[in-house]
Amino acid sequence: MPRRIDVLYFASLREALGRDRERLDLPDAVATAGALRSWLRERGEPWSTVLAEGRAVRVAVDQVMAHADAPLADGAEVAFFPPVTGG
Amino acid sequence: MASIVRVQTRDFDLGAEVAALRAGRRDVGAVAAFVGTVRDVNDGAGVAGMTLEHYPGMTEKALAAIADEAHARWRVFDCLVVHRVGELLPADQIVLVAVTSAHRGDAFAACEFVMDYLKTQAPFWKKERTPQGERWVEARASDDEAAARW
Repeated sequence: MPRRIDVLYFASLREALGRDRERLDLPDAVATAGALRSWLRERGEPWSTVLAEGRAVRVAVDQVMAHADAPLADGAEVAFFPPVTGG
Repeated sequence: MASIVRVQTRDFDLGAEVAALRAGRRDVGAVAAFVGTVRDVNDGAGVAGMTLEHYPGMTEKALAAIADEAHARWRVFDCLVVHRVGELLPADQIVLVAVTSAHRGDAFAACEFVMDYLKTQAPFWKKERTPQGERWVEARASDDEAAARW
């Protein structure tokens, strides 16, 4: 079943990637937030560096903080951003 | 008993916000409030100002979840969180957390808990302007440690 999701980027990630959001059709193999991050890295630079394994990147699914194993349903809103610095 | 959260560009008035929480109530015995403000120096560099970015929708939900958690852990009446976004200058107010309760212990603890959690869980990001140019503020390990205490 095809899954279409929205991906949002914030703060330093948004600047480094040159976009704040995009709509993506996910291949079946990209089932989780972590798999999405790996899949985006395959685009090459700057994605491979900005979303690299060792970088501190937080992910939210449907506006709730999530882990790499969070599943991605059709219509999901996924956000990638650096550790937060409010307050 | 309510969790009240607002994300706004405009400034806030501590006295007016606390007065609104207390209006018409005679059961409030304690009000604990914290106000965070912009400093003109950070990590060894002068700060001329900053831009605060947030994630509309998620930020409000995250703040409400933190305030609700404070209600679950302590006996508090109201928990208010006001956080500013946009352009801010040194000495500007950034954030207000105010908690009303019957007794000070619950109010103090809940107020500190909400601030500590906000620092690590609520999606806000600061970008500072320094003499060397703009820079994104790095998250601090000490903030994670503060939140982990609870």
